[in-house]
Amino acid sequence: MLAQKTLDNPELMTDAEPAEVPPSPSRQEVRPAPTLLQRAARLFAAGPAKPGDAFGAPGQGRSLAISIVTALSLIGLWFLSTTAGWVEPLFLPSPTAVIARFWEVLTEGFANATLIEHTGWSMLRVFGAFALALVTAVPIGIFMGVNRIARGLFDPIIEFYRPLPPLAYLPLVIIWLGIGETSKIVLIYMAIFAPMALSARAGVKSVAIEQIHAAYSMGASRWQVVRHIILKSALPEILTGMRIGIGFGWTTLVAAEMVAAQAGLGFMVLNAAEFLVTDVVIMGIIVIGIIAYLFDLLMRFAERKLVPWKGH
Amino acid sequence: MSRLQIHDVSVVYPGLNNGEEVHALSHINFAIEPGEFVVALGASGCGKTTLLSLMAGFISPSDGYLTLGDNPVSGLPRVACGVDLHDQIAGPGKERGVVFQKHALLPWLNVIENTEFGLKLQGIPRSERRERAASFLKLVGLEDFHQHPVYQLSGGMQQRVGIARALTNDPEMLLLDEPLGALDALTREVLQELLLDVWKQTRKMMFFITHSVEEALFMASRLIIMSPRPGRITHEFKLDFNERFLECRDARKVKSLPEFIEMREKVLSIIHGDEQSGGMH
Repeated sequence: MLAQKTLDNPELMTDAEPAEVPPSPSRQEVRPAPTLLQRAARLFAAGPAKPGDAFGAPGQGRSLAISIVTALSLIGLWFLSTTAGWVEPLFLPSPTAVIARFWEVLTEGFANATLIEHTGWSMLRVFGAFALALVTAVPIGIFMGVNRIARGLFDPIIEFYRPLPPLAYLPLVIIWLGIGETSKIVLIYMAIFAPMALSARAGVKSVAIEQIHAAYSMGASRWQVVRHIILKSALPEILTGMRIGIGFGWTTLVAAEMVAAQAGLGFMVLNAAEFLVTDVVIMGIIVIGIIAYLFDLLMRFAERKLVPWKGH
Repeated sequence: MSRLQIHDVSVVYPGLNNGEEVHALSHINFAIEPGEFVVALGASGCGKTTLLSLMAGFISPSDGYLTLGDNPVSGLPRVACGVDLHDQIAGPGKERGVVFQKHALLPWLNVIENTEFGLKLQGIPRSERRERAASFLKLVGLEDFHQHPVYQLSGGMQQRVGIARALTNDPEMLLLDEPLGALDALTREVLQELLLDVWKQTRKMMFFITHSVEEALFMASRLIIMSPRPGRITHEFKLDFNERFLECRDARKVKSLPEFIEMREKVLSIIHGDEQSGGMH
């Protein structure tokens, strides 16, 4: 009762009790301020361990600091090896040269197009193919999961072409569709289609049978089960498939822009390689990497927003 | 009020690798009367869950058929109850609600959306289904958790949502497949009492599966004990411990009555007999 009163009325508490207990001096002596070395070491530590978790799952803990140091070391090594003259600029130009070239291509352009145009064309192709795959691969994958005839129809086709390298069927796509924009988008589309369809199908298979049974017992029709249970339940795997799919899209970009492209990051890299302009090659690679990474971050954000129950 | 009737039902699964056929259930004749709380108890593999799946309509019998009142549940009888049911398609239906052990809630919906899900499927307007769902959430003690994501709830609270969801659909009977099997002992006792209260208020037919002898004796108006190979009902007991609890509201007192303990030992010895013969297999 008294405790309740003091909690309710903070003034009463200060009246009744002496001011804050000063921190015990002996305790401060036991814990001296950490040295610089200790602070640095703590940065790389696994983070606060759960008590009693001495034999937990392997690989737990933080790794961000280690990743940042790895990236910085590689860039530092690149800087050092080029300024010290260990390698010829033809094989590996210096970071400053690449940055200078980046600015130059951004403002003046390379191979009759600025960097914005190259990037724009490539993004149009990759995201165009991605959007096409999204509206076709996901429904087909779900259809394969819920219908044995659809599974029988599409499974051999997808499983046959999926492991083929896009470069192997590129000539065929060009013979059939010409050298225009269509063949480029179709090539990337095919690379994205298979992983996205298979993920959607796996998502359907991962639905808990209890959820389906529960819906039927509440009077759901077959279509309602597909719409309200299976589609929702498959969403985490569909999103994973989208992330894997767009990755395949970027890896196929250079192959797609090999033949008869006027602009594009892949075209720019290939063109620069022909003229041994190594700094443009490296710059192009970095730009592709950054765009792909940023899109993946966006997808991860979408995952957290759309499927917050994943992992529970 | 209609009764659930099981007419000479057998379920036979083909054996693995051309082995012998598995008789999951053999010639079951059994009925659940309106307002009855029937509990099925038995060793693993005795066909309890198969029986529940039949009643729910998730599987069809190899032989025989089931009816709820005049309506077919599953199986294709030629004539039953004077009605020609031949070729009628049956299966799961909203008049037979099911509560599962786990994994049956929909994690993308919050507590009240899960509870009203069945009404949404039937196209009932939002305000009406909200109201009905809220009244059953209150019945299971979750009136303050409407907007909570279900995947953040404890196991006991998830089962409360499952029970409220089944009740909101206003079924004629509830089929409960080990609904308390994954809970800790304390939560389990709390929910046993909750289920008896729900039964008292609604007097719906209940079919409840459990592995716990004490739970079975405490909950059942009628206890059936099943035995494996082939799955069949070997014993039946009429009990009234649930009514005694609803009168005195003291579960520990009911569970320590001399006749409760005597019954518990009797049922345990029956089941142990089964498990020993099963162990020889």
